[in-house]
Amino acid sequence: MTELLRVEHLTRHFKIGGALSQRTLHAVDDVSFGINEREIVALAGESGSGKSTIARMLARIYRPTSGEIYFEGKPLSRFRSRRDQLRYSGLAPMVFQDPFGSINPVFRVQHGMLRSLKLHRPELSAAQRLTEAARVFDVVGLNPDMLQRFPYELSGGQRQRVGFAQALAMRPKLILADEPVSMLDVSIRIGLLNLMAKLRDEEGVSVLYITHDIASARYVADRLIVMYAGQIAETGPIEDVLAHPRHPYTQLLLSAVPDPRAPLSVAAETDRGEPPKVIDPAPGCRFRWRCPLAIDTCAQVTPELAELRPAHDAACHVAQTSAEEVKAFS
Amino acid sequence: MQSRVPDTPVLEVSGLSVDYLLDRGSVRAVDDVSFTVSRGEFLGIVGESGCGKSTLLFAVAQLLAPPAVIAAGSVTFDGTNLVGLTDSQLSAIRWRDMSVVMQSAMNALNPVKTIGAQFKDALQAHGKPSKEEITVRSAEVLRMVGIDPVHLRSYPHQLSGGMRQRSMIAMAMLFTPDLVIMDEPTSALDVVAQRSLMVQIKELQQTFGFAVIFVTHDMSLISHFSDRLMVMYAGQVDELGATKMIFDRPMHPYTQGLLEAFPSIRGPRVPLRGIPGNPPDLSSVPAGCRFHPRCPHALDRCTQVAPSLFPVDGDLVRCLRRQDGSLS
Repeated sequence: MTELLRVEHLTRHFKIGGALSQRTLHAVDDVSFGINEREIVALAGESGSGKSTIARMLARIYRPTSGEIYFEGKPLSRFRSRRDQLRYSGLAPMVFQDPFGSINPVFRVQHGMLRSLKLHRPELSAAQRLTEAARVFDVVGLNPDMLQRFPYELSGGQRQRVGFAQALAMRPKLILADEPVSMLDVSIRIGLLNLMAKLRDEEGVSVLYITHDIASARYVADRLIVMYAGQIAETGPIEDVLAHPRHPYTQLLLSAVPDPRAPLSVAAETDRGEPPKVIDPAPGCRFRWRCPLAIDTCAQVTPELAELRPAHDAACHVAQTSAEEVKAFS
Repeated sequence: MQSRVPDTPVLEVSGLSVDYLLDRGSVRAVDDVSFTVSRGEFLGIVGESGCGKSTLLFAVAQLLAPPAVIAAGSVTFDGTNLVGLTDSQLSAIRWRDMSVVMQSAMNALNPVKTIGAQFKDALQAHGKPSKEEITVRSAEVLRMVGIDPVHLRSYPHQLSGGMRQRSMIAMAMLFTPDLVIMDEPTSALDVVAQRSLMVQIKELQQTFGFAVIFVTHDMSLISHFSDRLMVMYAGQVDELGATKMIFDRPMHPYTQGLLEAFPSIRGPRVPLRGIPGNPPDLSSVPAGCRFHPRCPHALDRCTQVAPSLFPVDGDLVRCLRRQDGSLS
């Protein structure tokens, strides 16, 4: 498998407070990962964990504070000409969370489709653009007649399919999907998750699927990245991470997933903590205040990702120590 | 306060219908819905967007605004029929005996007033509490939902989404009401915050014994929390029964579809289909059973005969295949 996208030590800080304030919010801190061709990678975590900031840096909405993004081996910071930038935004388009806010309500659905086709694929004639729009509508499971409709005539699920059709029209290699199903009804979500899997299997598109819903991530994704407070807590093949979660935060996240098939009592221990706002952080694990396993080291040294199982990394001192003990013992 | 007879249900809705009076004619959004809520009971209402669940809640709370009107039926709360009461009669009941927690606390809380000021407003709407009583009670309810009372001086934007939603619930607790109506209070939260909020609601309910009507589109969310479940489709009740019964043996094909629509983090990865199609436009509902165009088990007669609610093993199911009490 060839690597499509590589992110190295990606960091994004925001200045907060007044003009003279020296405080910075560390939204994303030293994050590295890759996305292969024909792969769906799920990026999971609570609100405020930095998932959307990563997506926005990948979409070039934010510029990284430091670190580099490589697309097909080339660093994004070198894409300076308008042609290169257009080409990249066509290869890695974004699908937004809110299907009600992401389509212009005063134009027919085809308006946005045809405009982006004109911009990104200028070689097409007007008639070809219409044919292409009809083709991608068909791929995402919409009737091409819908191109003539106004957004208010479409349901939430249909609008989100329009979002994927717009992305697909640009012949992308990677779709950045920021919580694409979280605003849809449960009964309609599955259809869109199936669509993402179909785009991977039939169109060869990779997807960065940003979500806080681990169950839906498991349904479509090949790999999982769990974010906590701007850093990667755990990453690996999704089945392995879910079956053998090593980071206590991943364990907390999994225990919070509602599952009617699992027995549960209301008295069960629940976490009341809140994810921290990472303002001018001192070294140490950012999860330690909520962590049931925290030891002294956690307050002094920031844990780094280490491979604990094949291709499965976690950034946790306790998990790493116990893994070493197991190794020494055997 | 009214005398409370323990055995009478806190809420009794019977034959409730709500119409939206539009230029092109009226649209029935809630059609002949009847149910009761016992004291201290947790009733879950589930269904897709546009099935009438929020309209039903608004009708129960008498919050409907034109063009929506109650076309028929009654809403009996603590022995009083709320339908037709004037605003001043209703305001004696509202928030003191029955409170409502809306979908998005970001929109429900006033952004230019502190949390404490909003609590004070609500307290002063019923009686003339002293300054001290207000402070004590406000701090008390905030502590109940696990928020430090210093946040009485905070503005909504200074709180996280979970805290805002919890302070809404604290506000609903100000008078220890008999009934709290919740319209998807957790849908804007992520899983960890959602789970902790659900547990907190359940604990408060067990402590204070109020009844809850909880509306959601995510069945998995309330599986462990609700006593009974009401499934709505296209403005009607499709299935009503004990939560455990419905999860163990869903009888309506729509309920079955909802239950199969969400993936699990356990067990084998299986392909799911969800429910094909969309809920019908309520201005032109299909003839016969309203679910038949999307139903995998539809029979010929389903396209002609509109099923009524049939009792099956103590549950109610609106499906012709259950007409005789068994599967035909």
